[in-house]
Amino acid sequence: MPNYAVADQERMRRFRDAALPHLDDIYTLARYLMRNSSDADDAVQECYLRALRHFDSYRGPAMKPWLLTILRNVCNAEFARRGRREVPTDYAQDESVAEEMPMWQERQASPEKAMLRQQDSATIRRLVEELPEPFREAIVLREMNDLSYKEIAEVAGVPVGTVMSRLARARAMLRSAWNTAETATARPGSAAAPGIAL
Amino acid sequence: MNCAESEVLLHALIDGELDAGHASEVEAHVAACSACAEKLTSFRVMREAMAGAALKEAAPAYLRNRVEASLTPPAARVVSMRSFFKPTRRSFFGGFAVGSALSAALAASLVLTVIRGDQEQAVADEVVSAHIRSLQAGHLMDVATSDQHTVKPWFNGRVDVAPPVIDLTAESFTLLGGRLDYIDNEPVAAIVYQRRKHVINLFVAQRLGGKHAGTVAESIQGYNVRHWSLGGLDFWVVSDLVGDELDEFVQKIAGALRPSSTS
Repeated sequence: MPNYAVADQERMRRFRDAALPHLDDIYTLARYLMRNSSDADDAVQECYLRALRHFDSYRGPAMKPWLLTILRNVCNAEFARRGRREVPTDYAQDESVAEEMPMWQERQASPEKAMLRQQDSATIRRLVEELPEPFREAIVLREMNDLSYKEIAEVAGVPVGTVMSRLARARAMLRSAWNTAETATARPGSAAAPGIAL
Repeated sequence: MNCAESEVLLHALIDGELDAGHASEVEAHVAACSACAEKLTSFRVMREAMAGAALKEAAPAYLRNRVEASLTPPAARVVSMRSFFKPTRRSFFGGFAVGSALSAALAASLVLTVIRGDQEQAVADEVVSAHIRSLQAGHLMDVATSDQHTVKPWFNGRVDVAPPVIDLTAESFTLLGGRLDYIDNEPVAAIVYQRRKHVINLFVAQRLGGKHAGTVAESIQGYNVRHWSLGGLDFWVVSDLVGDELDEFVQKIAGALRPSSTS
């Protein structure tokens, strides 16, 4: 490690000013991807350390999607290391096959299904957490991180068309889970479910 | 436009991602297809419900502090290094009263310390980074066992020293295992202990920072760091354990290494 010149300190200060305002966004994605708070903490920390190391090669376009991309890579590397099937390959291999899966094709559109139940925040979070990848990631990047389709495509490393079909499928799955889910308050002990507590 | 296309594109419509041409195509289809119209309505309602719900997570304060600390410019740490040198200098002057031989040795080590300040600080920073890295899930151990006789031979051929691995279970420092780490681009033996929830990394190498007669104590990024040299080896200890307990750990390790105390 070289002596810290003024330029290094300036660089670190610039990085902090640019990257720290997005901490809540990074943490949100980490929570939904890792699905537990201590893994999320580690992923966020690693994301910021990596981002700082690569800050010199950062050329934009925007800081938030760049950081989210790094975080996503950190999480996927961790899943790959653990050998868990959390990495989206199973679904992502063939999007056209995924579209033909029964969950996506609803058998009938009954009037009752068009109505949407009232759900509290805790239940909605749980339902999103229970979505499989890569659909969970797509919906979180869209609804929680407020990214555009183009930005989601960059973060997930897929074409915009794939983002569209993933979001459509994610919302269809979420809607059917939404309508069948009981509210968190009605479920005894559900308050202790992971990811619900702030 | 057919229903299959519409089912995908109506989401883009909801999200405001469609150009005017495609938007009017989807709207025309929805106006003519009650099934798609129903879907559009329910997805819109769902989106609004999600927008109104508290779905974003705020990073907890301790995590914010941890991240900010890891991004703090080393300038702040240079200051802390200076304040760390002051007591050393005081004890050096106090040494004259004790004995000239001892103070001469102290003076020599002090000069070395000052000369090597920059390199020493770099090593200290790297040691703390290595500690933080090791706390990432699953990075802590290459060999996970509380058996000292398994950990010690594991380092054979991996590092150029035979690091002492000491069982301190009786002192309530649990041996978790060992890990090969890199500091200053050199392989370093890391022996991992734990007290309660606090992980302690003990780094051992032939040459890791300057040699010191005594134990150097400092605090970097909120972690307590101890560094000493013994028997031609350099030892660094990093933990979030409180200073007193970490000193106790250092004493136990150093004590076990001194032939006089083992006999």
